Amino acid sequence: MKPTDIDNPEYFHKVIDCQFACPAHTQVPEYIRLISQGKYDEAYAINWQSNVFPGILGRICDRPCEPACRRTRVEETPVAICRLKRVAADNKNQATNFTPEVPEKKNGKKIGLIGGGPASLTVARDLLSLGYEIDLYDDQSRAGGFVRTQVPSFRLPEKVLDEEIDRILDMGVNTFFDTYVDNIKQITDKGYDAIFVGTGAPRGRDLPDLPGRIDGDESIFIGIEWLAAVLYKHVTSTPQKVLVLGGGNTAMDCCRMARRLGGEDVQVFVRSPRSDMKASPWEIEDAEEEGVPMIDNHSPLEFVIKDGKLTGMNFEKMTATYDNKGHRTLVPTGDPPVFIPCDLVLLAVGQQNAFPWITSESGIEMNERGLPIVDKITHQSTVANIFFGGDAAFGPQNVITAVAHGHQAAISIDLFCQGKSLDNRPAPSTSLISQKLDMHDWLYDSDVSEDKRSAVPTVDKVKSLHDRLLEVELGYGRKTGHKEAMRCLNCDMQTVFDYSTCIECESCVDVCPVSCINFTENGDEEDLRDRLLAPADNRDQSLYVSPVLPTGRVMVKDENVCLHCGLCAERCPTASWEMMKFTYNSAQAGKK
Amino acid sequence: MSYARPNFRHPKQPENDAGFTRRDYEGAISTLCAGCGHDSTTNAIIQACFELNLEPHRVVKISGIGCSSKTPAYFLSRSHGFNSVHGRMPSIATGANMANRDLLYIGISGDGDTASIGMGQFAHALRRNLNLNYICMNNGCYGLTKGQDSATADRGSAGKKGVPNPYESIDLCELAIELGASYVARGFSGDKKQLVPLLKGAMAHNGLAFIDVISPCVTFNNTASSTKSYHYVREHIETTNTFDFVPLQREILTHYDEGTSQEVTMHDGSIIHLHKVDSSKDLTSRQKAVNNLEKEKEKGRFLTGLLYVNPEIDETHDLINSTLRPLNTLTEEDLCPGSEILDRINSAFR
Repeated sequence: MKPTDIDNPEYFHKVIDCQFACPAHTQVPEYIRLISQGKYDEAYAINWQSNVFPGILGRICDRPCEPACRRTRVEETPVAICRLKRVAADNKNQATNFTPEVPEKKNGKKIGLIGGGPASLTVARDLLSLGYEIDLYDDQSRAGGFVRTQVPSFRLPEKVLDEEIDRILDMGVNTFFDTYVDNIKQITDKGYDAIFVGTGAPRGRDLPDLPGRIDGDESIFIGIEWLAAVLYKHVTSTPQKVLVLGGGNTAMDCCRMARRLGGEDVQVFVRSPRSDMKASPWEIEDAEEEGVPMIDNHSPLEFVIKDGKLTGMNFEKMTATYDNKGHRTLVPTGDPPVFIPCDLVLLAVGQQNAFPWITSESGIEMNERGLPIVDKITHQSTVANIFFGGDAAFGPQNVITAVAHGHQAAISIDLFCQGKSLDNRPAPSTSLISQKLDMHDWLYDSDVSEDKRSAVPTVDKVKSLHDRLLEVELGYGRKTGHKEAMRCLNCDMQTVFDYSTCIECESCVDVCPVSCINFTENGDEEDLRDRLLAPADNRDQSLYVSPVLPTGRVMVKDENVCLHCGLCAERCPTASWEMMKFTYNSAQAGKK
Repeated sequence: MSYARPNFRHPKQPENDAGFTRRDYEGAISTLCAGCGHDSTTNAIIQACFELNLEPHRVVKISGIGCSSKTPAYFLSRSHGFNSVHGRMPSIATGANMANRDLLYIGISGDGDTASIGMGQFAHALRRNLNLNYICMNNGCYGLTKGQDSATADRGSAGKKGVPNPYESIDLCELAIELGASYVARGFSGDKKQLVPLLKGAMAHNGLAFIDVISPCVTFNNTASSTKSYHYVREHIETTNTFDFVPLQREILTHYDEGTSQEVTMHDGSIIHLHKVDSSKDLTSRQKAVNNLEKEKEKGRFLTGLLYVNPEIDETHDLINSTLRPLNTLTEEDLCPGSEILDRINSAFR
């Protein structure tokens, strides 16, 4: 293999699995370290800079970082990255002002944002501090989008939501609430320099063809609409027996909300096997904890109506078969239909984009799936000054992805308004700083904690089921937060190898607890992976290869399970190994 | 500062046939200097024990005093151990070995320990062909007392202090061959590929196996003027041969052309295959073994690898015809023959 180019910022970035997996590339190990030092404000600031909504995301993030966490490869559970974010948000100094300076003198450019969700708000934040003027349009009475209307308060209290959304609005967004844009022409006619569309995927899927759907309409609701109705107090109670159809996170929110509004017998029905449910495992667990069973392999057949009233549903039992490519098909088992009595059905079977307000004369071209044609990187549509982000761009995803889209769209809008090429995007800012303090001392705590992941304390179940506004999770206290933060393996502390001073004593090989360092003859990647001291079969993880050493061998390090404990560097007599902190800041609008 | 290694290990750490992972053969974290050759030697021992499927509780490790003699703390923490006084490792090992011949003995010593204060003990363990794996971690200096030249420092070699050694050095391998060791090898801590099989061969050998491991002292004797630095050794190393160690009950998968290899069957049935042997380097002949060493020395080279082996020489227990069982298994019945037999013995002396 060729020697690894560690000057390429993406090499060490990839070693920081959590940060690399995060769509917004939040500096996870750095903020976790700050939490372990009790520096909550600084930890919050790092989050705020990259993911804009630390308090919100610290509760409801989809956490792509956690499955990526290196810890899952050496023990069972990842660091509770998401819940630590909340620790930073909960414990930051209330008096600290995190709002960046917004220039008094504007730059003369005006941007229109359609939709007031996380993507639009991110664009607003990034551009306001550069002197742009921002107008925001939303059909609701308050900003936040689906994070406000769809995520129940028992998961995300309104106070937390308001704090982080108002912080952006207070930077000087001109808001136009309760304004439904029914034709994009209304906005394009206003002469904005650029327009950002962040209207999400607002339409919940229905099952219009299922028998009984029309007759039972009074007792059948679309999940996301029902959740919004609960928020606005149009719905305040449910009957006792409730069925929720669907296996995603919305289904979990619906069933748990139904439990709080009087539903005693609430069940979730899914067509597919449980293992294929789309909901996050922890959300399924939380729902089950509240007494909601997940009934899998049941496909809805019909709504059963008696005397004009919904009395239950018939389901067909399914089984999953897989072809030799692992492709799944659901086939009926042939058992007789199963009748489940109920008084209310909530449909949470998916969300769709809907752009009835984008006409063809706007020039925005749509693809065959009814989604706008949007550049994956620049977020530009077929109309040069109109950009899309969040669920509106590429279909339903999650909040952290919407934030990442917002950052990219803001960069594009900034470049566009300056008449620059959108392809000439700013590079990430990086640094690599030695952590050496003494022979065996580092600027970071190199001890590897063997503690298991701490459970998040919750309020009493009886209490929480009586109050839909009461947040179920209490969050880690400072002490548990510290303990959990110490589980972080500091993957941003890179093992940097200088081949020119190495005397090949192999002390690093001998001391490495996870046997990831090797001195061996070079070969191609397959060959090397086959020959290393410990199995190197995780192809997602890089091999760090040095130039040829005096004995003709090369140093090969499998990054896979490196604990970043620093022992290789401590045992190296010539300081050929050194622990260096790699900082990777994704570019944001306005950066050179 | 790290006082301990993290307990996490590679999740796919292989298990050996005895059901142990490499970790089961590890010890505490080393407190030797960073880069010390002894740590590599220690690791080679761990690797050899792992590959031989040894049960840690069937191993005894004994040492004297010195940097090398600290290392039993860094491997096989689940074995028996005795850290004795300066140069006295062989006598402790002899005692233990006499009491229980069923265990595997690893004696760790250094060049100070072996070639100076413990020379007398070393010589007598050799001549008795004690069933002991005598590993000498040889760095040519007294590392623990700031790097004074030891008796194995080559004439003219200079360590960190910069004063060349005026005396002749002692070649421990030659001495071992001459004084009766039945397995003599030299390794280099920086070459585990060679060292691990040498150690495995030694452990399978019945009788005194002496391994001189050139193990550089990075702190005091890794200078450009030293003949025991990493660099110098790598530049001047010569090997007798490469070899495979085939443990007992393992299928022999490699084919060896006749005349190109020499086969030595060890006492336990394991086989050592030596490659590319020319007849002048017959390793079962003492005389040739010493000649080989001297020849390379004349050229200023270190001869490494297996230097001499003779599995036919009796070890101490056979020589003194001692009991076949460990003493702790002998019962009163075994030890006290009874008055009838005693009377018979006594009458034989009348």
